[in-house]
Amino acid sequence: MTSTHAPLIEMRDIEKHFGSVIALAGVSLQIYPGECHCLLGDNGAGKSTFIKTMSGVHKPTRGDILFEGKPMQFDDPRDAIAAGIATVYQDLAMIPLMSVSRNFFMGNEPLRKFGPFKLFDHELANRVTMEEMNAMGINLRGPDQAVGTLSGGERQTVAIARAVHFGAKVLILDEPTSALGVRQTSNVLATVDRVRKKDIAVVFITHNVRHALAVGDRFTVLNRGKTLGTAQRGQITPEELQDMMAGGQEMGKLEGSLGGTV
Amino acid sequence: MNNAVQPAPLTDERVKKISGLRKALIRPELGGIVGTVAVFSFFFIFAFDSGMFNSQGVLNWSIVSAQFMIIAVGACLLMIAGEFDLSVGSMIGFAGMSIAILSVTLGWPVWLAILTTFALCIAIGALNGYIVIRTGLPSFIVTLAFLFILRGFTIFLPQLIERKTIIGGISDKAIGDPLAWLFGGKVLKGFFAFLGENGLIATFERGTRAGQPVVDGIPMLIVWAVVLVIFGHILLTRTRFGNWIFASGGDPQAARYVGVPVNRVKILMFMFTAFCATVFATCQVMEFGSAGADRGLLKEFEAIIAVVIGGALLTGGYGSVIGAALGALIFGVVQQGLFFVGVESSLFRVFLGVILLGAVILNTYIRRLITGER
Repeated sequence: MTSTHAPLIEMRDIEKHFGSVIALAGVSLQIYPGECHCLLGDNGAGKSTFIKTMSGVHKPTRGDILFEGKPMQFDDPRDAIAAGIATVYQDLAMIPLMSVSRNFFMGNEPLRKFGPFKLFDHELANRVTMEEMNAMGINLRGPDQAVGTLSGGERQTVAIARAVHFGAKVLILDEPTSALGVRQTSNVLATVDRVRKKDIAVVFITHNVRHALAVGDRFTVLNRGKTLGTAQRGQITPEELQDMMAGGQEMGKLEGSLGGTV
Repeated sequence: MNNAVQPAPLTDERVKKISGLRKALIRPELGGIVGTVAVFSFFFIFAFDSGMFNSQGVLNWSIVSAQFMIIAVGACLLMIAGEFDLSVGSMIGFAGMSIAILSVTLGWPVWLAILTTFALCIAIGALNGYIVIRTGLPSFIVTLAFLFILRGFTIFLPQLIERKTIIGGISDKAIGDPLAWLFGGKVLKGFFAFLGENGLIATFERGTRAGQPVVDGIPMLIVWAVVLVIFGHILLTRTRFGNWIFASGGDPQAARYVGVPVNRVKILMFMFTAFCATVFATCQVMEFGSAGADRGLLKEFEAIIAVVIGGALLTGGYGSVIGAALGALIFGVVQQGLFFVGVESSLFRVFLGVILLGAVILNTYIRRLITGER
């Protein structure tokens, strides 16, 4: 499914140095529309730095970012968002004290003309929010319900729905399932699947191999700022992925002492 | 709201129906509304005959309330954007002194002195905001520094220049000034004359002004308060920028990630707070005809308390301008009402402390209701 398309984003030999620390030492990656590309790696592997480079938070020290075939320079996250790269952060997706509708349109408020003034079109915002939430299977009491009353999984789903609604072509999900329960995780994974079917590219960051295998089309493992290679779905077993993430032998020893798979 | 549209709603049996009372509790203005009703009921019962509710009495507490309101609007929007300004009181003294020095000592026209002072104070507000944003320090500390810096200058400059701490003589200079009227004038004079002629409000019975109403118009101070409250409320609830204010205070990082210019919002709110303080100072200077080095003392705290009574959270991201205005009204009515009832006025401070504590506890509880935290 992937090789026939041109890649949506191509990251070429991305390097990122923070002072004397080399966070990324030449990472290359292609992301195709309609695929769910899982980015795996243990803590400190460089996953966060890599996606922050992709979403315009960091500028790469070296290397090129090609978006739809053209080289891109993102000066800040707004540029990336405008280009169609949306990022949903694990715990920073939503503002709990604000209503779902205000959150949904945060940064993209619809305006309505009122004489010489432009006012926030709450009517439109509320209607769209309810429709989108229904489509995602979240039942709200009303669009003015505070996000704080939603569960973690629902918040992720609202954030994903928001990104899709505003025309994201690439959706970067930063560990969306790491703080969730079993049921909520499957809801979020189902949402990912739904988004992928709209021909949106999903970059799914996780360190949970099972979550990755549940939705991923391709898997790239990062370790110590480098890629350990990209595998297609079906070409790799959970154990192999796990070992690659952890760097091999140590994991084997640990598993022995724990008496099973971690 | 549109529950009917939902196709076969999968109602979650664990989501309790919310009662009307709980829903009303979530409105930030609730505390302010309840307080206002309580305070007015109290004084209607105990002070109705004291003159508190005739035209002079109403004007008396309206002016005090309006003063609180003007600074509360600025403090409210800034607090919702997640920051404090403790330099408001000193800014009031500083702005007044600036107008006095520029117009009286240096002999500038009053309108130029006012405009220069506004520019200067708004620039100081911007500097406050810039330092907070650049250093990442709590605004509490940065503006506390400015509380002392500005107050120090307010005391030092008039002593250096005029060898005194009060500069008078602005009233004479302000006569016929095109801008001074906007802060020291009165509106609806004809309407009040009409009310007086028809015996609806009290008139002077003897002296040179016999027959004229005692209250001859609404001071511009009150007009400013009303205009600022309406402006602040619409800005906060009905505009894109208002959503950014909530977002900047609610979670600046999350707001930045979706493209809200958080730094710009916060600095603009610091500037707006400075603007409000300067409006207050200008009205005061025009009313008294003088500027004093001790003007505006403790005003920053009174503004913050009014805002908190109005339902805003000290942590930012939640609150209401209407609530803050009601908080200011409660203040004005109680402060002046105690005088009408004949209660020792120092008890006002006790009232202030008690109501502040009550409001903060209530707000914390409401916050839990909204966010579902336990």
